[in-house]
Amino acid sequence: MIRIKGLQELFKRYRRPGDIVFAWVFVVLSVFLLTQLDTQAPWNPKAKTFSQPAFWPTVAVISMTAFSAFHLLSSFLSTRLDGRWKEVWAWVRSVEYSGWFMAYVYLVPLLGYLPMTMAFAVLLGLRAGYRSVKVLGTLIILSVVIVLVFKGFLQVKIPGAAVYEYLPTAMRSFFLTYL
Amino acid sequence: MDALVSGAGLLLDWQIILALLVGSIGGVIIGAIPGVGAAVAIAILLPATFSLPPLVGLTMLLGIYGSSMYGGALPAVLLNTPGTAVNALTTYDGYPMTQRGEAKRAVALAYSASFVGGIISIIALIALSPLLAAVAPLFGSREIFLAALLGIILVVLAHRGQTFAAGMLAAFGILLHTVGLEPVNYTRRFTFDQSWLTSGFDLIVVVLGLFALSQAFLLLSQPDEHPKATTISGSVFSGLKELWLYKRVAAVSSGFGVMMGMVPGVGEFTAQFISYTYAQKTSKTPELFGKGSPEGLIASEAANNAVPAAAMIPLLALGIPGEALTAMMLSVFYVHNVIPGPQLFQNQMDFVMALYLALLVLNVLVLIFLLFSTNILTRVIQVPTRLVGIVILLLSFVGVYSLRNSITDCAIASVFGVLGVILKRLNLPLVPIILGMVLGGIMEVKLRSSMPRVKTPMDMIDRPIAMILFALILLVIGLHIRTLIREYRNPPVNPDTDIHDTQGGGQ
Repeated sequence: MIRIKGLQELFKRYRRPGDIVFAWVFVVLSVFLLTQLDTQAPWNPKAKTFSQPAFWPTVAVISMTAFSAFHLLSSFLSTRLDGRWKEVWAWVRSVEYSGWFMAYVYLVPLLGYLPMTMAFAVLLGLRAGYRSVKVLGTLIILSVVIVLVFKGFLQVKIPGAAVYEYLPTAMRSFFLTYL
Repeated sequence: MDALVSGAGLLLDWQIILALLVGSIGGVIIGAIPGVGAAVAIAILLPATFSLPPLVGLTMLLGIYGSSMYGGALPAVLLNTPGTAVNALTTYDGYPMTQRGEAKRAVALAYSASFVGGIISIIALIALSPLLAAVAPLFGSREIFLAALLGIILVVLAHRGQTFAAGMLAAFGILLHTVGLEPVNYTRRFTFDQSWLTSGFDLIVVVLGLFALSQAFLLLSQPDEHPKATTISGSVFSGLKELWLYKRVAAVSSGFGVMMGMVPGVGEFTAQFISYTYAQKTSKTPELFGKGSPEGLIASEAANNAVPAAAMIPLLALGIPGEALTAMMLSVFYVHNVIPGPQLFQNQMDFVMALYLALLVLNVLVLIFLLFSTNILTRVIQVPTRLVGIVILLLSFVGVYSLRNSITDCAIASVFGVLGVILKRLNLPLVPIILGMVLGGIMEVKLRSSMPRVKTPMDMIDRPIAMILFALILLVIGLHIRTLIREYRNPPVNPDTDIHDTQGGGQ
């Protein structure tokens, strides 16, 4: 009993709500990758151990499995805090903004960097709860500045939008190059 | 001396001067806004710097890295919210001073301590350069492999109370590096027959996801905050000379910052806590620590600001980044075909000196800027957090999409953004993933290239530096086991493993 208590002390650590959920997910991922080692990183019998293409993936997956198992064990042995599923819900909520980001990524090459940046700045502002003209106006100004600095001035590689092809010839090349 | 003069000559270019100004002033503003931080800014700006000459791009990124902590001290003192994660300890004594009505004094001490930390570390670097130039060529493949291995071990063990999490995340980083086509035999590794996995995970995409997008998602999905800061009346210039009264604490803390900065995987947090503990133990008024002690504030700020310059040592001399920000800078070197490592010290010492001098100039620029702009900055730090989140999200797009115009890259970054949110909310470290990716790559290449000369395991450590590095690895592991045994015998009454707010280096 004393020995078990000692083990508990050794592995005990500070944790936050939801820690064990993440620990389980990581263990499952690691074990899954471990089962895939033979097919995804096959050992070449002719090559030396340290020159094996599979050497580092094997080291990484085995280490992941071992460390994640200990992490899970320490999560079990540490004081549990309330709010596990509330925390998981907070993780899920962040996926919404991942969706916003991907929509922005998808629409820029079609409808244009400047129009989409302005539109998303305002839409995200409204989604974030801002209703004042001052804040929304600030967001529009910021989006224009971002486009001018990065595409206009620094010339980062963002392709011209498909919709710009319909612009009059005089404006088209300006829009394709700078906006 | 020739290299120093030649390095100074390299800096006399309008592009570099502009990059220094933009980097240093931008870095202060970025550091001052809670929730942004140097890592987010560097991750976003990284692809934009690829089109600039190497010294210009690096100067700008160095400017942000070196100056963000100055700015981060301001909200730490005035709002009790650190601008960057490494200013967390500054809140312990800075904010109580503000509550006592000594905001101006606290800000002046924070600026002057940061300045002293920055300058001492650069002087140490310039003084150490001849030694580094002499030692660096002695590092062959075996030594660099062992140094990278030491870095990985240190980054895992430095996360006390989270060693297992840091270990699994570092291993995950190594795995991420191996995904895709292996460069020598073109073997597919963990591609699951998916063509989009064949080219592997790009470091910058992962960095942008973990640091920038995650911060945007986090700020947008949390309740909006409108920080309210105390304004400072009068000039902070008069307070600068007070640091002289605490010169011992400032000098020793800067020394700790330099030493810890040089060790891969350790960085600002360890330097700060060692300095803070030292300052408290040697203080005549230890009971004031945590309640508004000027010495505590100085120890924290001098130590964290001494780290950036010192962190450039393993990066420049060996090509081994010690934390996430230098790992990002490594990619700028590679893009411009400037390979950091022993060769750089042998052949391009003027380039190295130019970087050091740029750091020196930026510390002066930042101090001057802060002396005249503190009250304007107090308005900047009051920007609502969700507004900051929107701007980070829009800027992250530039960073990821401009790399290869790939929607797949953006999707990968987005997934890592969600992973970053989870890790940040759980207070688990992000840095081991990045260092796992970078150091994993270095270890794979260097171990393979050292194999032709290694017939028996002892050949791996038959050279003096390799032997020293191996002994250091054993020592570090041995010390960790000793600490575990001590803690097992005398468990801490109230273990505070929250001390490493491990998004460190992170923000």
